[in-house]
Amino acid sequence: MNPVLRQGLAVLSKDMLLDLRGRSRISAVLFFAVMTLLLFSFAAEPDPESMRRHAAGYLWLALLLSSILALGESFRSEVEDEALEGLRLLPVDPRALFYGKALSNTLFLLVLAVVLLPLALGLYAVEVRGSMTHLAGFIVLGSAGLAAPGSLYAAMTSRARGQDVLLPLLLFPLVVPVLIACVKGTGLCFSGDAMGQSSSLLSVVGAFDLVYWSVCGLLFGRVIDE
Amino acid sequence: MSKPPLALAAENLARGYGDRWALSGLNLQLAAGRSLLLAGPNGAGKTTLLRLLATTLRPNEGRLEVFGIDPIKSPMAARRHIALLSHRTQLYTELTAAENLSVAANLLGLARNPQRVPELLQRVGLEGRGDDRVRTYSAGMRKRLAFARLLLQDPKIVLLDEPYGQLDPSGFAFVDDLIEQFIAEGRTLVLSTHLLERASPLLRSGLILAAGRMAWVGAADDLPQAFSERFNA
Amino acid sequence: MSSGFHKEHLIGALGLALLSYGTWMALFVVPPMSHFQEVGRIFFLHVPTAWNSLLVLTGAFVIAIGALINRKRGWDAALEATVEVGVLYTALLLIQGTIWARPTFNTWWTWDPRLLTAAILLVAFAGVLSLRSFAEGRDRRLVWTAAATIVAYVDVPIVYFIVKWLPRGIHQPHSFPSTVSPDYHIALRCNAFALLFIAIWLIARRTRLTLLRDAGTAMAPAAEQGADGSAMLAGVDG
Repeated sequence: MNPVLRQGLAVLSKDMLLDLRGRSRISAVLFFAVMTLLLFSFAAEPDPESMRRHAAGYLWLALLLSSILALGESFRSEVEDEALEGLRLLPVDPRALFYGKALSNTLFLLVLAVVLLPLALGLYAVEVRGSMTHLAGFIVLGSAGLAAPGSLYAAMTSRARGQDVLLPLLLFPLVVPVLIACVKGTGLCFSGDAMGQSSSLLSVVGAFDLVYWSVCGLLFGRVIDE
Repeated sequence: MSKPPLALAAENLARGYGDRWALSGLNLQLAAGRSLLLAGPNGAGKTTLLRLLATTLRPNEGRLEVFGIDPIKSPMAARRHIALLSHRTQLYTELTAAENLSVAANLLGLARNPQRVPELLQRVGLEGRGDDRVRTYSAGMRKRLAFARLLLQDPKIVLLDEPYGQLDPSGFAFVDDLIEQFIAEGRTLVLSTHLLERASPLLRSGLILAAGRMAWVGAADDLPQAFSERFNA
Repeated sequence: MSSGFHKEHLIGALGLALLSYGTWMALFVVPPMSHFQEVGRIFFLHVPTAWNSLLVLTGAFVIAIGALINRKRGWDAALEATVEVGVLYTALLLIQGTIWARPTFNTWWTWDPRLLTAAILLVAFAGVLSLRSFAEGRDRRLVWTAAATIVAYVDVPIVYFIVKWLPRGIHQPHSFPSTVSPDYHIALRCNAFALLFIAIWLIARRTRLTLLRDAGTAMAPAAEQGADGSAMLAGVDG
């Protein structure tokens, strides 16, 4: 097996093991996500029609905001005792370090999305009238789109003094395309996609993912250098 | 017939932080199998030097070669030969000791061997504690675990930054033991410590750093004397 | 401290001269066009600003790649300067857009692809500059700025493309009448080059200033001399 791939899978299993051990942190982020979703419904007008129209937006905003917490956490254990440094010196290829971490972050965001989706469907009284496959596509590709640049920036900001502010500041403008495409696409999956636009939206997110998974993978090694 | 490459060759190595040079003008030639005792007051630049030699840090100036390899051009090839025992434990506190070791073994591409981790734990005096999370370990135990991970790497060049730190007297003997083993195995060794009387008989060459500069070079046996002459505390 | 005449002042002067000429043309020479009010003449500044802000940010992207390959200090200074000017131009762009929109469409802001892209770009690259103050160490500052610039820039086409999916904005489509006085093109191009030269001038000044300010950090002192006059060497005794 390609050594980078092998190391990447090893890093992934290490991260998943760490996530499992950090169960309390995971539930905290989950509760935060759920709370955000509820807050939106409190803050918006109680008009059912308007709620239905904005359901996709609230869902993705909740996911985006909680992703910041999750991504920030994902590098805490790496930096506390310089564990990431230790791995780098074994040596582990930095691409393996990146892709392993980005994949585990994607999986975490997927778990979040899977929890939030039925909740959103219930809270805002929407059904999935469009394609379920497309909906799954938006969730998977959208999570991946958040995870790649998010992991790169989380690695950077975990070493900077102002992490809590920097990470969202850097990440949010960047993921606007993902947000827009996924909100629109998810909305179409809810309301029914009469004009068949969701596949083009899926390709936009797909293109974003392709570009960012490559670019961030290339940059990661330089970024964690001292 | 060409000479075999030096294990470590550094020329005019320098590293700065902000306006301060933590280390500058460092020249080093360490042949394979030789050992170097690194001494100096706090803040002299010992940790910086070790991190530079480990290729964790990039020098701001100067050159470094590890067995003839330039770590900036070929970092992975260079790092294969080196292991550093650093101040920071570089362990995952949420994982158990055994898990930390098997993650490292996995990443090193070592073949699966169920005996390996228990044997290592025994070697470093942690048998029976393998399934405890590192979070529950004392500082001394974490140090021993860090040694275990170093042994896993089987490095040609061993860099130890204050290996005696946080250990009790039985721990000191354990480290002496390991140092002698490393030297007997022909590994190249650089060791920084404050326990000069203890370490100098074990090692060959010596270097004293002060304020980021080379202050004295010579045989390790002569180092404690040279040190107390300079820093008569 | 160099006190010679810096060549970039020539470019800057040329830029200002062109800007004056272009602005004069825009204000007084170009005949009024049917669908523009007088305030629409800001168009002759707005469009060149848009072109140039994108151009400068592209320059930042190229410098960022160069900086990662070649980590000399000059690249860091140039990169910071270019991103700063890019942010400046983008901010100006948004301000001009607002000035135009208010009397023309009676609104301060509109959900328009180009305006939105500019706003996102502004925040993204302002974030890159923000990152710099949190990065400790010269090397790290350079690498992080370069990486963040590359990541932000690669997003630009994607942002622009996706933002067009939103409900159509009120930005003027690029369909101007074909029979247009040649002065129109002259004014546009004149201002385009003017802003480009001014950008180059600003970037050069800023880079020079940064390098001067940091010139105090000299090279590291060389190796110590041993007792016999030769450089000290560790690891060979014993």
